[in-house]
Amino acid sequence: MNAPDKEYLALIRERMPKSRHFATMFRAFWTGGLICCIGEALTLFYSEVAKVSVEDDVSSLTTITLILITAILTGFGIYDKIGAYAGAGSIVPITGFANSVVSSAIEHKREGVVLGLCSNMFQVAGPVIVFGISSSILVGIIVLIFKGAFI
Amino acid sequence: MIWMDFLKTFLIGGAFCLIGQILINNTKITSARILVGFLLAGVLLETVGVYKYIREFGNSGATVPIIGFGSALARGAIEGALQNGILGAVSGGIEAAAPGIAAVIFIAFVVGLVATPKTK
Repeated sequence: MNAPDKEYLALIRERMPKSRHFATMFRAFWTGGLICCIGEALTLFYSEVAKVSVEDDVSSLTTITLILITAILTGFGIYDKIGAYAGAGSIVPITGFANSVVSSAIEHKREGVVLGLCSNMFQVAGPVIVFGISSSILVGIIVLIFKGAFI
Repeated sequence: MIWMDFLKTFLIGGAFCLIGQILINNTKITSARILVGFLLAGVLLETVGVYKYIREFGNSGATVPIIGFGSALARGAIEGALQNGILGAVSGGIEAAAPGIAAVIFIAFVVGLVATPKTK
């Protein structure tokens, strides 16, 4: 696929009605907020109903549950439909991260399980993990150097 | 008040997504870059000690968006460095993120095997 022409993109941007921007912003806001509220409901469920006492465990369980729900929705092609409406509301939450992994996995399945599915799984999410882990190690080293400020 | 918590969650979570949408609308940035940007913002805000206030206020609204993933990584690295020195500094972040990353890999693998790719 050819990269879109710069002039063409500029023309599109000019013609695009401004009100659409507000519509997409509103959609992203309420869908993103709603996904976080589902996370909050799961957190309440795990801490109050399932009686998980460690706070970190509760947030891990919440994350895993959200990932599972997203993966199933992505498998059935439903998350893509939500994404078409929600825009950033479906990208910014952790569900967007899960969706990018699962949809890459499904998309490249044709090329085989090892070289297709497995090696392309992190096409979008890979940078997140690389940057995330690298920056966390950097932070750890900074903490070691300036220990006093963090205690 | 439980509804207050949900309202705060909604507002903070929604606000992060709103920022993401503004970035998409005005810069035509790709979603991979948005994810990385939010993640690094989370790492930075946690390191300077600001994110814990956002988390206290926003509950899941602060932990569910990818920016919360970044803050969890940084928090893990900080705790690791303080407890285990250099080894903790290296492994602390990924330890904090391990449940999420492991779940994503396993679940995506299984769903990928089961689901059929749709023809475009």
